[in-house]
Amino acid sequence: MAFTPKKQAFNAKINAVTLGTGDRSIVIGGENVLPFYTFDAPIDNKPRIAVEISDKGLEGCVSEGIKAFYAGCDSVVDMAVKAQSMEGASAICLHFESADPNGENKSVEDCVALAKAVADAVEMPILVMGCKNIEKDAQIFNAVSDALQGKNILVLSAREENYKNVGASAGLAYNQKVGAESAVDINLAKQLNVLLSQLGVPDASVCMNVGSSAAGYGFEYLSSTLDRVKAAALAQSDKQLQMPIVTPVSPETWGVKESMSPEEESPEWGPLDERGIEMEVCTASACLVGGSNLVIMRHPAAVATISKFIDSLM
Amino acid sequence: MALKGLDIFKLTPKKNCKECGSPTCMAFAMKVAQGSVSIDKCPHMSAEALATLSESTAPLMKTITVGAGANEHKLGGETVLFRHEKTLVNRNLYAVTLCSCMDDAEVDQKIAEIRKVDYERIGEREYVEFLFLNYAGNGADKYVALVNKAMAADRALVLNCADAEVAKAALDVCKAGKPILNGANKDNLDAMNAVATAAGVTLGVTGANVSEIYDNIKALEGKGNKNLIVDCTGKDAKETFANAVLVRRGNLKDQDRTLGYPSIVNLAKIAEGDLHMQTALAAAFTLRYGSIIVMENMTYAEALALYGLRQNIFTDPQKPMKVEPGIYALNGADENSVCSLTVDFALTYFLVSGEYERSKCPVNLLITDASGMSVLTAWAAGKFSAGTIKKFFDEADIENKIKSRTLIIPGKVAVMKGEIEAKLPGWNVVVGPMEAVQLVKFIKDFSA
Repeated sequence: MAFTPKKQAFNAKINAVTLGTGDRSIVIGGENVLPFYTFDAPIDNKPRIAVEISDKGLEGCVSEGIKAFYAGCDSVVDMAVKAQSMEGASAICLHFESADPNGENKSVEDCVALAKAVADAVEMPILVMGCKNIEKDAQIFNAVSDALQGKNILVLSAREENYKNVGASAGLAYNQKVGAESAVDINLAKQLNVLLSQLGVPDASVCMNVGSSAAGYGFEYLSSTLDRVKAAALAQSDKQLQMPIVTPVSPETWGVKESMSPEEESPEWGPLDERGIEMEVCTASACLVGGSNLVIMRHPAAVATISKFIDSLM
Repeated sequence: MALKGLDIFKLTPKKNCKECGSPTCMAFAMKVAQGSVSIDKCPHMSAEALATLSESTAPLMKTITVGAGANEHKLGGETVLFRHEKTLVNRNLYAVTLCSCMDDAEVDQKIAEIRKVDYERIGEREYVEFLFLNYAGNGADKYVALVNKAMAADRALVLNCADAEVAKAALDVCKAGKPILNGANKDNLDAMNAVATAAGVTLGVTGANVSEIYDNIKALEGKGNKNLIVDCTGKDAKETFANAVLVRRGNLKDQDRTLGYPSIVNLAKIAEGDLHMQTALAAAFTLRYGSIIVMENMTYAEALALYGLRQNIFTDPQKPMKVEPGIYALNGADENSVCSLTVDFALTYFLVSGEYERSKCPVNLLITDASGMSVLTAWAAGKFSAGTIKKFFDEADIENKIKSRTLIIPGKVAVMKGEIEAKLPGWNVVVGPMEAVQLVKFIKDFSA
């Protein structure tokens, strides 16, 4: 008797969410199968890659490959424009690192000015990442969402502590997309989605960031959270977990010693750039196979590889 | 047909003799029903009962043992598709390719490269477990010469050779090391099966698609060979991924024992020459069902990322990863450098040591036994207290090994400061920051 593999397409599906506007807009989500299980049913919208640009420019960047890519760029705006030409890039993620009140404490006005300048210069969808300070992030997201009305940006992220503020401004008043961030726990992820929906933010305007970590650094928690969220969303049709997943990869992988330790300190490890690329590639791939619909990355070689990886499995 | 634990219990001797390794017959029966233990572990079953049970209670996926001595490895034996459902059992292993088309110098050089990556990460040896020997069709002599060289490299072997005659010649020299013979397909099935069974080695079988793989396994099982591994490598990444998922899912979810074998995925074939792509695919197959992942190379850069990922994915969700308690001298710390204390939960250790390393300040990181729990959990459970810390200081002989008398404790257990000072007279106990990310600034200010 010939063996015919059983198909496992689900009746439920992940919400399709559009980011950006015009020709360069992208749609993430929409699938009714597990990640890359195209043998069960076709997947219409492939996972995407956003390129992370820090508002500090290349300050603190340890990667020669990244510096070389942006050679000749005089400003963050230049870098954002240049990032659009990165092979495999679909969106630009502007990371307001220097807004942190415990750091440089860049003012909300300066953040807005930069966001506007970038938005005027690029055509790709824009993601805005905060500085992890809850109050400051809420202020930035509020102001940037207002200034970039009509651009259909994604703000990263609303958290349990500031979801009301961020959800009401970005999600309701200014009609942008809201990222809901929780820390590697399916119940917390669901709870935040429920809270946002009670606030009135439409499900189709919400993406989830269910946590992030680098391969080797507690990645099992993230991996199992991704597996469980996709299982609940598809197999159990849990509407509160059917939002597409956005995972910041580069902020994690470029902070671990494998990617940062200079070659002089551990010569047997080989060139720093190569280590950074492999960490980013390995982590991004594992996130995508787990269920991320969009990953945020930095290094042009890593972005090109992951883009090729996605295409080869679609 | 799946039997319930109680049905199996009825057939046990009910003596609670513990010879099977379980505390009671009931516990044993439950484990057998789950598929985590095989019925023949019980020495007191009647032959009749065994025959009734063994077919229906055998684990869905077989555990295949390959290699010999220090290079013996277990593959397969999984009971679930996702680690959160229970746990994954046998981590995926890595192979790197060598070819009979290479000259001696090339082979020597590549083996030397492979051997360079060999280190320990949280109690696990990380290295390339297998050499994957491709036969390029250039005669048995060349291939046997390659096998001989590879045998000297102290790794388990996979012979990737679909020519039964050549495979036989190669196995004649290396069968004692229990290599895998990979290369059975529908055209050479009988000949390869004869060679593999005669040598007593695991046979790797493939097919043009999942249905053909299935038929080939059926045919081999029909000849009595159940010592198999499935080569899921297709013509490209997409096909290979589909094969790996469909085989494992058909086995564990749809309960088809014919598919219950571990897998080989050959990335050197489907992403030839593209090392970054091989890393991306290796990560994907770490999560989705590759048992042996074949790479063209394993550089340190690839290893650091891939072995870290593998170690995470294959940790038992019920048992936290632990590091060895002791003194970890960071950034060239000596006996006069300040001490910083935390727990043995691996994630805590990695975050704390990572931050300290970034600070470049010399610190003696003291890791105390807290049963692998995080700081607050261990504190709440009484595993991280002034008493346990005092015990650790005595056992590790800290007072004599270290001259510094400054001890930084995690900010989350600031309440313990007084108790620790009482237990450790002469020590200046300093409360550190709440989160690891604040350590760099803290230690820099502190050392200044």
